[in-house]
Order: sequence, then structure tokens, then C-alpha cells
Amino acid sequence: MDKLLLGRYIPGHSWIHQLDPRTKLMASFYYIGIVFLANNWQTYLMMFVATLFMIWLSGIRIGFFLRGVRPLIWLILFTVALQVLFVRGGMVYWHWGWLWITKLGLINGAFIFVRFVLIIFMSTLLTLTTQPLSLADAVESLLKPLRVIRVPVTELALVLQIALRFVPTLMDQTTKIMNAQRARGVDFGEGNIFQQMKAVVPLLIPLFVSSFTTADELATAMEARGYQGGDDRTKYRILRYHQRDWIAAAGMAVLTGLLLLLRAY
Amino acid sequence: MSFTYQAGTPFAGDGIKDVSGTIHDGSYTAIIGHTGSGKSTILQHLNALLKPTSGTVTIGDKVITNETNNKNLKPLRQKVGMVFQFAENQLFEQTVAKDIAFGPQNFGVSEKDALALADKMVAMVGLPHDVLEKSPFDLSGGQMRRVAIAGVLAMQPEVLVLDEPTAGLDPAGRHEMMTMFERLHREQGQTIVLVTHQMDDVADYADTVWVMAEGRLIKTGTPREIFSDPAWLKANQLGLPKTAQMAQQLIAKGFHFDPRPLTETELADQLLPQIGGGQHG
Ligand SMILES: Nc1ncnc2c1ncn2[C@@H]1O[C@H](COP(=O)(O)OP(=O)(O)O)[C@@H](O)[C@H]1O
Ligand SMILES: [Mg+2]
Repeated sequence: MDKLLLGRYIPGHSWIHQLDPRTKLMASFYYIGIVFLANNWQTYLMMFVATLFMIWLSGIRIGFFLRGVRPLIWLILFTVALQVLFVRGGMVYWHWGWLWITKLGLINGAFIFVRFVLIIFMSTLLTLTTQPLSLADAVESLLKPLRVIRVPVTELALVLQIALRFVPTLMDQTTKIMNAQRARGVDFGEGNIFQQMKAVVPLLIPLFVSSFTTADELATAMEARGYQGGDDRTKYRILRYHQRDWIAAAGMAVLTGLLLLLRAY
Repeated sequence: MSFTYQAGTPFAGDGIKDVSGTIHDGSYTAIIGHTGSGKSTILQHLNALLKPTSGTVTIGDKVITNETNNKNLKPLRQKVGMVFQFAENQLFEQTVAKDIAFGPQNFGVSEKDALALADKMVAMVGLPHDVLEKSPFDLSGGQMRRVAIAGVLAMQPEVLVLDEPTAGLDPAGRHEMMTMFERLHREQGQTIVLVTHQMDDVADYADTVWVMAEGRLIKTGTPREIFSDPAWLKANQLGLPKTAQMAQQLIAKGFHFDPRPLTETELADQLLPQIGGGQHG
């Protein structure tokens, strides 16, 4: 459980940490969008340097970002292999049946690889520097216009916030129940697929039971304190844009400009 | 032996540091200490749910180090039965009988024999026979705890490890459960390791006490040795058993005790002559 990096906030006071969560959320999505504009080595290099710069700004060791890549490495290698083996063009290095390794294929493979890494680094940066609850706040704030068309934004945000709040609790509970069942002789992650599926039952049932209990208790506690949903609730943490958010936006604009300038047409 | 949680990350937290000690076969060891002092962390080393970050743990003839393979731990898990804090959370089967039989079956006992064990254990933890066919989720919290304990006892472990087994139970239930463990210890020579905040239980049942503070084992001794220094206990945020508290208040009023009484019987025996009572019967 400890290895799951997604949604793992690392406390800090870096420039990136202090950005408004809405800025970070929008900038990350925007960045992931413009990564697809890059199409030659100059633009990829520039995006790579920009990403490293942002990682440096966050003050978080690069190791954490590399660990974010690890779970996806097979997906990445598979996609890269497809590119390398099926794209044809330029010098032919190797050829067998309908499999070709050509210069264009290799270049495309390398670009896809870098694109994957950049996207993962960026989303890791967002989750490592932003508390899940701030992210939920940001989502709520950004979706607010949808209230006009009667989307229950506040309620949705509450659901999101509660879900996020209970992720660590659930992980703790999972570890505890796994340990208790291990002590009773269950081997998790061993044996054939059938045995493994059987081993999951003693884990899942107690987890469901305790989740329902927790949900029930939470609902009672909220009601006991007079919680009422709706759009008129005030907030303890009020989101405000500061100067650095405008700087971040400007940074993104400059990056886009350079991309458009340097990319091949 | 030391253990660090999430070693190698910024979340690394000290679990326990430089703990060194022996728990003897057939002993009744109580581990006490403030919340967060590392008691539960130690317990999880006793059946290799956690492996020491540095140092070794020897259980019987099995040596556990950081490098120990996760396979082949089953015999050890059978030998050391672990009752976790809030053990009722581990129940999952359709009936109480099946849940109790789950552990033994994992260790190779046949279904028939395991169900027979369930029958026996349900009586041992003081539950009526007819709960066997009920769903564990239809029972009260206290009853569920007993079922969970029965499930561990049914594994017939050589060492019984108990992490605050009576937390959250009513006084009568607590007493009943502690008496049951005591009987296992006395009649069958069951080795017991008990983590508790109940100093009375430590005084009444344990023969060895480990005191933990901030991840370190700061003192070991008999209950009498440990409870002979109230000032030291207080400095480590621990209390005295109720009898010893009472004795202390009486000493302040001019009474004399030698040795200091730990259990109710000892207190009564020493007190009676001093207040001019007759033979204690
Ligand atoms: N899963 C965990 N991850 C990180 N730290 C933990 C974990 N479990 C316990 N700790 C820390 O280890 C220390 C000892 O905890 P624990 O053994 O549970 O104490 P006790 O049982 O004496 O209350 C505490 O500081 C606690 O915060
Ligand atoms: Mg504990």
C-alpha cells in the first residue's frame, strides 16, 4: 500500500506548493495538452527542460517522479514498441515480415516515450504538491459556472472531498485487515489466479463492512452538527489568485509561444 | 532490533529503536507504555508481519531478518497466534463456526476437525453454543471480539499475542476474558504476550513486564519491580494498579506494607492485621 504514489502529497513551502490549486490544476491540464504540440527534438527538449525546471522549483527529489513512472512502464514500453515496429520511413535498419525498424520508427518511439514521461511527471507534480482536499476545492470552484445548468456542484464536491478524505483511512484499514488475515494463514499474492481470488474475500468483506460503518457514523456526525448542503455554505479556506498565479499563467503562455515557434510544420 | 516505518521516504517514522529482549517459553509477558510507544510494532515482529529494518528476531528456531523471504512463514504464523487491536474487524464468514474454522483450515486442518475446534473454542470464550450458526455481523461488538479471539485460539498457537484485547469492553466482559487467558496460561502452559493499558491486569496476571517509551524498551522486570517506583512510572506517563494506588495513599496515612501489595488479596492480607481485624478468611 505504501508504494502507491498517486494522490500522495508531500508537504512543503516551495513556489509550486504555494500556487493556487486552481492554477495548478488548470496549468497541468493545459501543459498536458500542449505536450502534444511538440513534434521535433527542439520542442521536446524545451518541454523537457521546462518540466525539470518546475520539478526543481517544487524542491521534491526527482526519485519520486521516477517512481511515478514505474507502475506504467509496461504500458509505455508496449506503446513505444508498437511505434518502433510498425512505423516505416527513412533508413531501414532491420526488417522481418511486416516488422520494420526504421529511422522514423525509432524517432517516433523516442518521442512517444518522452511524451509519456512528461505527462506522468506533470501529473505527479500536481499530486505531490497539492493536498487532495485543495484539489477538490479547486474542482468545485472551477465547475461553479455549471450551476447555471443545475449541476449540483457543491454536492458533487462534497462527495469528492469525503472520498478523498477517506482514502488514507481505507488504506490503513486495508493494511490492518490484511495483517490480521495473514496472521490467520492467508497468503496474499501467492498461488494461482483462483487461489488469489479466494484470498481476496477475507479482505474485501471486512473492508466493505467497515466502510459502511464509517459512512454511517460520518452521516450521523454531520447530521448531529446540523450539516445542510446547498450553495450558501461559506468556506473556511477561500481560494484567491495571487501574483505568482499570474506569473505561472504567463510562463505557460511563453511556453506555448515558443512551442508554436519551434515546432515543425 | 530496530524498525523504521516507510524507510527511505520522507515519511520515514521511527517505529522502534534498539529493542533487545527475550520472551521465555511459558511466560506471561505484559508490554506497557504510552500510546505510540511502539508496542503494536513489536508485536507484529513476533510473527514476521513486519521484519526488522536492522537486527534479528528469533522465534523458536526461526530467525527473521530484513532479508527473510516472505514465503515459508506459515508454520511461524501458526505457532504465534495474534489477536489484533479491535480484532472484530477481521470477521468475514457467513457463520461464526466457519469464521473460527478459517484459521485452522489455512494451516492444513480438515474442515471437519476445524469445525469441531470451533465448537470447543466458542465455549472457551464464553459464548453460547447457538451463536455458531449465526452470522458474525448479527452479534454485538463484544461478542464479535470473542469470536475473533476464538478464531485465533482455534489455530492452537504455542504463543498467544494479544494487542489490547479488552479495549472497549465492559468491566465484566473484561474480567471474564482476562480470566480465560489466565486459565490457558496456568492450565496449558500457554505462552502469552499481552499489550495493555490496564495496570491491574498487569499486576494480577503477568510474570514479566516490558516498559516501552518512544520506541525504546526502557525497563524489564517483574510486576513487583516495575510497580515499586511510582515516581518513575509517573515520569513515563504510566500509572499504578488500583491496589498499589490505595496502598500508597494508606502509606501516606501511616500504614506499613512490606512488600508493597499488588493484588487485592495481598492488600487485604497485609491490611487486616493493621486495622485490628481478625484472621482473614
Ligand atoms: N503504518 C505506520 N506507518 C508509519 N508510522 C507508523 C505506522 N504504524 C505506527 N507508526 C508509528 O510508529 C510508532 C509506534 O506505533 P505503535 O507500535 O502503533 O504504538 P503503540 O501500539 O504503542 O500505541 C508511532 O510513532 C506511530 O505513529
Ligand atoms: Mg497499539
